[in-house]
Amino acid sequence: MGSTIIGADLFISGCTNEHTEQVQAVLTDAQISYLNEVGETILPKTVASDGAKAANVGAFMKIMVRDCYSPEEQKIFFEGLDALEQRCKKTLGKGFLSCSPGERQKLLIGLDAEVKDGKKRNDLLQQKEAERQKSSQAGGKPNYLKKTPPTPYFAMIKQLTLLGYFTSEIGYKSMGYVSVPGRYDGNVMKA
Amino acid sequence: MAENTYDAIVIGSGISGGWAAKELTGKGLKTLMLERGRNYEHIKDYKYGTKQPWEAEHRGSTTKEQQKTYPVIHRGWAANEAVMECWVNEQDSPYTEIKPFTWWRSYQLGGRSTLWGRQSYRWSDFDFEANAKEGWAIDWPIRYKDISPWYDYVEKFAGISGARDGLAHLPDGHFLPPVSMNIVEKDVASRLKKHYKDQRHLINGRVANLTEAIPGRTRCQFRDRCWEGCPFGGYFSTQSSTLPAAMDTGNLTVRPWSIVTRIIYDKDKKKATGVEILDAQTNQTYRYNAKIIFLNASTLNSAWVLMNSATDVWEGGLGSSSGELGHNIMDHHYNLGASGSIEGFEDHYIYGRRPTGFYIPRFTNLYGDKREFSRGFGYQGGASRDSWSREIAELNIGGEFKDTLSKPGNWNIGMTGFGEILPYHENKITLDAKRKDKWGLPILSMDAELKDNEKKMRSAITMEAANMLDVAGVKNIRTWDSGHAMGHGIHEMGTARMGLDPKTSVLNKHNQVWDALNVFVTDGACMTSSACVNPSLTYMALTARACDFAFNELKSGNL
Repeated sequence: MGSTIIGADLFISGCTNEHTEQVQAVLTDAQISYLNEVGETILPKTVASDGAKAANVGAFMKIMVRDCYSPEEQKIFFEGLDALEQRCKKTLGKGFLSCSPGERQKLLIGLDAEVKDGKKRNDLLQQKEAERQKSSQAGGKPNYLKKTPPTPYFAMIKQLTLLGYFTSEIGYKSMGYVSVPGRYDGNVMKA
Repeated sequence: MAENTYDAIVIGSGISGGWAAKELTGKGLKTLMLERGRNYEHIKDYKYGTKQPWEAEHRGSTTKEQQKTYPVIHRGWAANEAVMECWVNEQDSPYTEIKPFTWWRSYQLGGRSTLWGRQSYRWSDFDFEANAKEGWAIDWPIRYKDISPWYDYVEKFAGISGARDGLAHLPDGHFLPPVSMNIVEKDVASRLKKHYKDQRHLINGRVANLTEAIPGRTRCQFRDRCWEGCPFGGYFSTQSSTLPAAMDTGNLTVRPWSIVTRIIYDKDKKKATGVEILDAQTNQTYRYNAKIIFLNASTLNSAWVLMNSATDVWEGGLGSSSGELGHNIMDHHYNLGASGSIEGFEDHYIYGRRPTGFYIPRFTNLYGDKREFSRGFGYQGGASRDSWSREIAELNIGGEFKDTLSKPGNWNIGMTGFGEILPYHENKITLDAKRKDKWGLPILSMDAELKDNEKKMRSAITMEAANMLDVAGVKNIRTWDSGHAMGHGIHEMGTARMGLDPKTSVLNKHNQVWDALNVFVTDGACMTSSACVNPSLTYMALTARACDFAFNELKSGNL
């Protein structure tokens, strides 16, 4: 599994930032396959349409993490891959790739629920902070939010899966995308 | 004709520059169009517009590298992979912000005419008379009757689609059939009409997309990917429209990579004789001569050219004798509005992707309405169904989640307000004495901000938007206001205003620089007030009108 240790399989391509600490920035082929499996669990093939694996969301994630993520985000992402695998082993006694589809789904539902709970807590803190700032007696009291909390790794993986899927050719097709509609109809009644 | 000598020179190739080139060449004048950036050829250079959206490597996201190179563009919504190469390299061309200023620039052939929002509305005399009626700034030297035939003229050529709504304060134009509203918008429109007793109107957006083919151009195909470059030429741009017409005359020469550094002024003859350029690639300088010059480098850059010209005669540059050059900069303030959800239309879907939404014209300070601020605002908006990026409370992983996201979600409706900004003398641009751009040329320093009238107006914009949505039965209404730095409206204007008196204006009623009658400025720099409607159509009309005047003056020997 990929890790953040500086090693032979680590190379930073296309990254022109000047900071000296070497953080893994590029997914290996093994990590791409792994993420395709994770993605396929989030958005699996159904009767209606192909899934995230067929859309190769893993390959898309490689490009996005390499080119669009900051070094801090890359660190969270790669540590997150480890954390996911470790959580799987802890709760299901085996690695993600050894789990059945049902087991995989159960694991990810749990991780997703944690992200949603965390978001709820942050939203509440933001609301409290907004209310506190509104009332003018704000001087001296602590800020409930030290700074914008970092995105949790599973939120990153899920967001990239959704983005990678629904902006792929397969994803567009699943939404009934027509490349050149030729007209606009503002009231279509579907059968 | 001697080499380097033309009948006319056009500085800039955007919305108004392209029109100047078309009009002048169409009248038989040998014309040189100078563009400071690269050539950007219709269809051939549309890297993304000619491909499928899934072929974009980052599917629209910008890279870290681009975020570093283009920090100003990343302040807004226009930082998209498909258009990043069209935006100016901000590292090469910086500017100074005395107060926050967001300047969106495209330095390539066609300028922002390939990127623009294409909303096209006429001014009325409510707008032209406002300064005079309120005793604010100076009076426009023209009225609606002077420009109305030119609106007809440019609308016919450019191709503007819209409905004839019969509103005196938003005059109807020469229109192609309107882009239709959807079922939800129609419902909201009729509710508003009833509730406000026909005093407020939700109408079809008037847009420079073709709903019918016109000679030489193909109808819009409703892909809504306009700014990526349209292989059908379905909307107005220099590339699709004015440039081919100009090239067809055989009278046009286009020179890209040509930064005009100054207009050359003959102080004895009291006119310009030509321009000096710096080649942006080779750094060589060249001189071109012409009888007339059209300055269409975009509002702030047109002022910049004037500031750098004839400085031996006027320290502040050509057109500075009134003390108004660089002053009175305006924009439209926006980044605020309201939105909410609509119930009852779950079985109604949409086919196709429109290049416009609806428009709500100004209703404040008109027909008896009186506010604590003057002038007014309009709204651009639309109703649509949620797409895949929506939250679903009870689903989060799995097949049902995916299949649900693949189908359209709930209906929402939203609108964004665009408000008029008054001309204030103290809102200005100047040359920054200390900083230079990549070519060693002085850069601009921006010192402008929203003031009391605009701030009061902003409160009304969100309040009225929420009220209207509420009246229309919209639920979960929320208002938003992200604040507005000058320039963010992309409608910067006013730095070389037209007027009746050379002591208080830079240009006369024919867009001639008072101090050099053979120099015409017809881009946003010429504007004496800003109204609240998208200005490009007015720039087109003013340009065609000024070209006609310039040609007649040349013919009769006055220039």
